[in-house]
Amino acid sequence: MGKNLKARAIVIVVVVVACIIGIVGFPKSGADLQRNWQNNIRLGLDLKGGSHLVLQVQVQDAVKAEADQVMERLKEDLKKQNVSWASIDRNDPQRVEDADSVEITIKGIPATQTSAFRTLINEKYTDWVLTAQNSTDYSLRMKPSELVALKRDTVEREIQTISNRINQLGLTEPSVQQYGRAGDQYQILVQLPGVDDPARVKELIGTTAVLEIDEVKEGPFASREAAMSQHGGILPLNTKLAKMLPRGGSEGDQWYLLAKSPVITGRDMRNARPGQDEFRKWETNFTLSQDGGKRFGTFTEKNVGNRLAVVLDNSIVSVATIQSRIEDSGRITGLGSEEESVDLSRYLRSGSLPAGINYLEERSVGPSLGADSIHEGFLAGIFGLLAVVIVMLVYYKRAGINAVLALLLNTVVLLAAISYFHAVLTLPGIAGIILTIGMAVDSNVLIFERIREELRAGKAVVAAVDAGFGKAWWTIVDTHVTTMVSCAFLFLFGEGPVRGFAVTLVIGLAANVFTAVFVSRTIFIWELQGRRQMQELSI
Amino acid sequence: MQLFKNTDFDFLGKKWPFIIASLVLTVAGLASIAMKGGLKYGIDFKGGAQMTVKFATPPPIDKIRSALSQKIKGDISVQNFQGSNEVIIGTELEEERQLNINRQAMADVLTTTFGQPGSGKLDFNNASKDELAARLRDPLAKAGVPMNEQQLQKLVEDLQNFRNTPPRSGLITDFNQASSVPGVTPAILNVIRQECYLSPFNIRNVEMVGPRVGAELRNKAVLATLYALAGMLVYIAFRFEWIYGLGAVIACFHDTIITIGLFSLFNKEISMTVIAALLTLVGYSMNDTIVIFDRIRENLKFMRRESLETVMNKAVNQTLSRTIMTSGLTFLTVIALFIWGGPVLHGFSFALVCGIIVGTYSSVFVASPIVLVWHNYADRHKKRAPSPPPAAAATSRKKAPGSPPAASPTKAVK
Repeated sequence: MGKNLKARAIVIVVVVVACIIGIVGFPKSGADLQRNWQNNIRLGLDLKGGSHLVLQVQVQDAVKAEADQVMERLKEDLKKQNVSWASIDRNDPQRVEDADSVEITIKGIPATQTSAFRTLINEKYTDWVLTAQNSTDYSLRMKPSELVALKRDTVEREIQTISNRINQLGLTEPSVQQYGRAGDQYQILVQLPGVDDPARVKELIGTTAVLEIDEVKEGPFASREAAMSQHGGILPLNTKLAKMLPRGGSEGDQWYLLAKSPVITGRDMRNARPGQDEFRKWETNFTLSQDGGKRFGTFTEKNVGNRLAVVLDNSIVSVATIQSRIEDSGRITGLGSEEESVDLSRYLRSGSLPAGINYLEERSVGPSLGADSIHEGFLAGIFGLLAVVIVMLVYYKRAGINAVLALLLNTVVLLAAISYFHAVLTLPGIAGIILTIGMAVDSNVLIFERIREELRAGKAVVAAVDAGFGKAWWTIVDTHVTTMVSCAFLFLFGEGPVRGFAVTLVIGLAANVFTAVFVSRTIFIWELQGRRQMQELSI
Repeated sequence: MQLFKNTDFDFLGKKWPFIIASLVLTVAGLASIAMKGGLKYGIDFKGGAQMTVKFATPPPIDKIRSALSQKIKGDISVQNFQGSNEVIIGTELEEERQLNINRQAMADVLTTTFGQPGSGKLDFNNASKDELAARLRDPLAKAGVPMNEQQLQKLVEDLQNFRNTPPRSGLITDFNQASSVPGVTPAILNVIRQECYLSPFNIRNVEMVGPRVGAELRNKAVLATLYALAGMLVYIAFRFEWIYGLGAVIACFHDTIITIGLFSLFNKEISMTVIAALLTLVGYSMNDTIVIFDRIRENLKFMRRESLETVMNKAVNQTLSRTIMTSGLTFLTVIALFIWGGPVLHGFSFALVCGIIVGTYSSVFVASPIVLVWHNYADRHKKRAPSPPPAAAATSRKKAPGSPPAASPTKAVK
C-alpha cells in the first residue's frame, strides 16, 4: 500500500501545483499575484460592469444591394446586345425574414429576342435563376446557395467592420462576435467591459451606417409632399427621396430626389481622412478602390455639372456639384465641424456596414452594481462555506477534515479550469458552482455514511473504508453522469447564461470525482497506513 | 455523532397522503399561475427597458412615477427594492427602435427631477471616467495642480473606484468623503467641488431587451431544459428501468412547477438568473432521487424475497442520514445566499431555497412511489392474466411477502 500511496500523493501534488499555477501563475510579489489573479479569473460583464449589445444584421439590405448592382449591369449588357426592355425593377422587402424573397422583375422583352436574353442570363448571371412569367416578362432570383453565402459573408463583414470601429476607441478587451445560430439569425454580440453607458459606442457603431454616393435628380424641396407634388404625387421610377441632415441653420428641411441605385457604396472606399479646404472649412478626403474608382470616373465624366449626394443610412450628409471627372479620390465638403469631419472619415475608413443593423438587446451594468454583487456573493459564499465546514467537522470529526480538504481542492480545480479554458465567470456560472459544492458535499456524505454503515455492521476499519468507497462509487458515477448528460443538452440547445451554467457545472463535476473519491481516499489510506488492526475510526 | 441510527419509518406505506399533497400543491401552483394570467416574466423574457437606480435617501416613488409618465408612453412600473434605497423602473417596449429613446428619456427625467441640470456642473455620481477626466483636465491645470495625462487618468480611476466600491456603492453624499482617496489633495478636492455636483442617485444598471428577443430567449431556455430532462430520462432508463427514469423526471417537473407556482404566488419575476436556479434545482433533485434509486437497486440484489415496498422503504431509511445531511448543508449555503446575497441574487436564491425543500421531498415521496405504484399495477395485471388473483391483493401492502415483483427489477441490475 505504501507504494500505491506514494503514486497517489504524487498525482495529487502535481494537480494542485498545476492548478495553482493556472490561477496565479508565477507571482514575484503581492501585486503580481493580484494582477495574475485578475487576468486569469475573468469576470463576466454582470459581475464587473460593462455593456452588452445584441444587434441584428439587416441582411435583406445586402441582398437588395446585390440586386441593384445586377440590375445596373443587366441594363448595360442588354444595351450592348441591343435587346430592348420595358422595365427592370425589384421588390423591396423590409424584414430580415424576407431576405430570400428579393426578386428582380424584367418586363417587356420582345418575343423575338428571347433566346438572346436567355443566353445572356445563363452565361453572365450564373448566380441567379431566371423564371419566365409569360412570353415577355421574367423574374430573377438569387440561387439559394448564393443567398446563404452572401448572408454569411454580410454578417462576417459586419463583424469585421464593427470591430474596426470599436477598436478605434481604445477600450480594453472589447469583443464582437457572432451570436445565436449562424444560419438564420444574423445576430452579433458586442461586449464592452467597463463601459457603463454605451451611447458613444452605439453612435460609432452607428445606426447610421450604410454609406452611398447617389446621383441627385432634383431638389431641394421643403418637404416630402412638395417633392411628390412635382410628379403628380407619385415617386418617379427608380428614384428615392432623402432628407438632408439638419445643420442647425435656419434653412429648414431639405429633401432631394435621388437615383435609386448608388453610384458607389461604402464597399468601394479605401481610405478617408479629415481635412480643411482653402477657406478653412471642414471636409473629408477619400480614396476609392480600383474598381470603384473606374466606375466613379465613368459616371462623373458623363455627369459633369450634375450633383451628387453623400448618403449615410438614408440621410444626406452633403450635396456637391461634379466639377470634373473624379477618378479615385475626392472630397466631401460642407461639413459642420471638425468632429463631424473626423467621424465621417472614420466611417469611411472602416468601411461602411454592408447592411443596416437593429438593436435587439442592450444591457449595461454599472461598475458599482458589479462590485456589490461580488462583495455580497463573496460574503454569502464565505458564510455558506464556513457553515458547511463547521457542520462537517462536528458531525464527521476527523473524517470531516477529508471532506473539507476535498471541498477546498474542488474549488481550486474549478478556478484553475476556468483560467485554463479562458472561460468567464458569470452569475449563472456561480449557480453552477453552488450546485457543484452541493454535489461535492453530497459525495463525501455518501461515502462517510456508507463507511459508518459498514462499521455498524461489524466490519474492521480498513475493510469498512474499502467497502464504503466501493459501494458509494457507483452511486456517485450515476449522479454525476446524469447531471453531465443534462449539461450536454443545456450546452447544445441553450444560449448565453444557460451555457455558462452548463460549462461550470461540468468542470465542477469532473473535479469532484477527483477530489471526493481519489483525494479523500488517499487521505484515508494515509491515515490507516500500517495500522491494519486499528479498532476505531474517527468518522 | 449521529442523527439517525437504523431508522425504520414506513415512508412508502403512507404514500397516498403525500401523493395527494403533491398533486394539490402542483395544481395550486398551476392555478395561481392561471389566475394571474400567466407568469410574471422579467424583462429578459418579455422585453422592455429596466433601470436600477440607487438613491441616497428613501426614494420618492410617486414623484419618480409621475415625472416619468409625462415623458414616456405606456406602462411604467416603479418598484422599491425590499426596504433598500434602490428602485427598479420598468417601461414597456413595443419595438426595438424604442431602445435608445427610452433609455435617454429615463436618464433625462431623473436628472431634471433630482439633479442640478441648470448649474452647468457635472454630476459626479453618474459621470463616466472619460467625462470626469475631460471635465477636470483644464480646471486642474488652471488651479495650478501639476498633473500629466497619466496621473490624471489614475486620479479619475481612483476616484471612481472609491465611489463604486461598497459601502458607497456608486453614491457619495459629500465631497469630503473623497479626501480619503490616495492622491486627493485639498486643492484637487476644491477643483472637483467647483466642477461637479452630487446628485442623490446613481444609475446602476440598465437593461433593454427587444420583445422578439425576449420570446426567443424564453423558448430556448424552456426547450434546452426539456431536452436535458429527456436526456436524463434516457440515461436513467438505461442504468435502471424506464419507469425509474420516468419517476425521476416527473419528480423534477413536480419541483419546478411548485417552485414557479411559489414565484407566481409571491409575485416574483422569472428572469434569466431564476432559470439558472431552476436548472440547479432540477440537477439537485435528480441527484437526490438517483441516490435513493441506487440504493434500491443494490438492495434488490440480496432482498429478492421481499416486496418492492419493503426494499424501497429500507433504501429510503438507509439513505435518510445522507439525505438530511446533504440537504441540510446545501440549504445552509443557499440560505446564506438568500440572506446576504443582495438584490441581484434574490430571485435566484429564493428559487433555490424553495427548490431544495421541494426537491428533497420529491425524491422520497414522489419519485419512489411512482415506481412502486407502477410495479404494483404491472404486478396485478400480470397475475390477473394467467390465473385470477386473490381478492386480498387489492393493496400492495397486503401482498404475500414471498412474491417478488413481477416485472422483476433485478434484470436491470448491472
